[in-house]
Amino acid sequence: MIASYFQWLNDTHGLNFSVFYDAFDRSRFLTGLWTTTYICVVSIIASMVLGLIGVWLAGGNSRLGRLVVRGYVQFFRNTPPLVQLSFFYFAVAGLLPTVSDGASGQSPLVSGTGWAIIAFSLFAGAFNVEIFRAGIEAVPSTTVEAAESLGYTRLQLYLHVVLPLAFRICLPALNNNLINLVKTTTLAYAIGVPELLYAASQIWSEMFNVREMMNVLLVTYVALVAVLVWIMGRWEKAMRIPGYST
Amino acid sequence: MRNGTTDLPVLKPFRAPAPIAPSGFAAPTMLGGGTLAAFAMLFGASLALAQVTARPVGESAVTVLLRWAPLIFQGFLFNILISFLSMALGTVIGVLVGIAQVSLVSSVRKTAWGVTQFFRNAPWLVLLFYAMFLLPFEFRLFGLTIAFPAWVKAIIGLALPVAANVSEIVRGGIRSIPSGQWESAEALAFTRAQTMWMIILPQAFKRMIPPWMNLYAILTMATTLISVVGIQDGLTITRAALVAESRPELMIPMYLLLLLMFFAYCYPIARATLALERRFNVKA
Amino acid sequence: MASRHQLGEPVVVIEGVEKSFGSFPVLKDVSLTVRRGETVCIIGPSGSGKSTLLRCINGLVPISKGSIKVAGREVNDASLDKLSLRRDVGIVFQQYNLFPHKTALQNVMMAPIHVLKQDKAVVEERARRLLAKVGLSQKLLAYPGELSGGQQQRVAIARSLAMNPKVMLFDEVTAALDPETKKEVLVTIQDLAAEGMTCILVTHEMGFAREVADHVYFTDGGLIVEHGSPADVFGDPQEERTKGFLDKVL
Repeated sequence: MIASYFQWLNDTHGLNFSVFYDAFDRSRFLTGLWTTTYICVVSIIASMVLGLIGVWLAGGNSRLGRLVVRGYVQFFRNTPPLVQLSFFYFAVAGLLPTVSDGASGQSPLVSGTGWAIIAFSLFAGAFNVEIFRAGIEAVPSTTVEAAESLGYTRLQLYLHVVLPLAFRICLPALNNNLINLVKTTTLAYAIGVPELLYAASQIWSEMFNVREMMNVLLVTYVALVAVLVWIMGRWEKAMRIPGYST
Repeated sequence: MRNGTTDLPVLKPFRAPAPIAPSGFAAPTMLGGGTLAAFAMLFGASLALAQVTARPVGESAVTVLLRWAPLIFQGFLFNILISFLSMALGTVIGVLVGIAQVSLVSSVRKTAWGVTQFFRNAPWLVLLFYAMFLLPFEFRLFGLTIAFPAWVKAIIGLALPVAANVSEIVRGGIRSIPSGQWESAEALAFTRAQTMWMIILPQAFKRMIPPWMNLYAILTMATTLISVVGIQDGLTITRAALVAESRPELMIPMYLLLLLMFFAYCYPIARATLALERRFNVKA
Repeated sequence: MASRHQLGEPVVVIEGVEKSFGSFPVLKDVSLTVRRGETVCIIGPSGSGKSTLLRCINGLVPISKGSIKVAGREVNDASLDKLSLRRDVGIVFQQYNLFPHKTALQNVMMAPIHVLKQDKAVVEERARRLLAKVGLSQKLLAYPGELSGGQQQRVAIARSLAMNPKVMLFDEVTAALDPETKKEVLVTIQDLAAEGMTCILVTHEMGFAREVADHVYFTDGGLIVEHGSPADVFGDPQEERTKGFLDKVL
């Protein structure tokens, strides 16, 4: 039904939305969408883990740990993500040994997709460190004092009082950063990872339907972001405390 | 004592630590110097490593790097030039759309909002492709032919998301001015346009500066995207240099050199943004 | 005014305590003794070090000089187990400081479960009883943001009582409340005092101090200027500074 409509659109109006009627293009596009989703999900999780480790080290006693975190955050925040990705994919990957791919040749230890995930996680993780730290600092000292006066140890204090509150405080900023991460995944195009933008560019260079594909692409990304916003909104709602707003 | 539901300390607005005195710039700069020094050392170490592991024949790693460094720097300067022009264009459009976002005419307001949201949520690279492929290479206006070379299209492509973000900054800045200001201006018989330009915008202006600077730093880093659509910038030249020399051991120092250039440019902007944010007590 | 109940052994003994923030002295040579079952009110102008003194008693603020003994243990001793001290000393703050992400019942139950490792069922039973005692049986599942200031403050009192403290400290607990809700909190404290809980209050409620306290201390400039029974301090103050203060506030 949908396929025949778009076929008709192409035949009569010359609007070639090949992804909707051509099985091959559709599968290419969906594979791209899947790759993008995969990179997004893994990078989001990894960047949050990095953020937590970073904020833990940044608040720790080790001077070296604090310096490393500060250097990491400042470096990744203040250099172009595309150059970071190139640095990892071309320069760092060159240092790593290759592994036999089981057949005739050698294949790299980490794939392009792998490097994209590593680079994006480090990039977004640097922002997450700052976001989590701001959240922890925003927990009022009086609330901390109340927990201390009830005999809470440092660890209990963090586990039961500071982190639950800090997390709610930093959700909006985290939200923004994760949306940014989704948008950043398009950079994987530059190292030939077959994600959404790459798949679309392959289709338009063969079908000469740049205008149509471009619009499909934009709408798809806006939809992806909308899905993330929806999920985060649900999460925020689930964590909302009556009478308390951040 | 109770005002609404907000007499919990948690609900009170987050107050930034004491405003930074004019000397506030000094400490962060030193700190940035430390980070910069750390990466310069990393760069030096990688260069030394390249020097040692280089093939016995051929030039030393330092010689090769010195030959390419000025070219890479020129490419980097081109990135900066593009960032200036995109920022200028994006700011002009963004301010207009941002003001339209607080228009009293609901259709204007909603259109401006929709446009802003769309361009804010679309990936920068996709918007850049959009501009590169869908803008004509020239267009005619009153018999004049205006050429659109690739770099002009790139500036437009980058200006689109900038404009959308500026629009949000402007809207946020205007909204942050208490409604009492509007009311008292109205009571003094100012027109809406007068109120906007003479009372609201001057007050909102300083609150918009930190996020605007932050956006500029993001844009500067995003200018490397133009290498993806085939315009020669710092990244393109770095890659070309590596291809021309085909010396894998130079990859890390070469890329670090480019990263360092961006860092040396963007980090001070980030620190200044933070210092202004604290002084004005606003968030980016 | 005669004591309403038999006074026991000293619970809090403060001797020659000094405390400075930087070079600014907040407490200069303060001594006082509170016996079991006694209700003590500390009054005085703002900035006279009253709140700091309370925070020193449960070790939130370390003292510079002197000695504070709670139930025979030296608070300032570095080897002191802070946990057992804080178990013995409950404190209620001006701004309630409830945990905003937990219900009233959870707020009361948290510390006994996490800190004292007591059985959840036992703690819950006690928490319900305490909340009923402060008149909040209907609000067990409400979050702090849904409660009025007075209700929040009563939850805070129940939260401290859940640790079974030997002494309760109240730091201007009604200062942030409007006159109506003030009363419900004061009645709660009065009930506690009548039951024989040892209470130390820093307060601006002179009427309350006069009615409920066994002993009143007037502090000014980091010193105890005058102390005695409420009848003496309020009815026949000896010191000029006390007279001046009471003239202003009464």
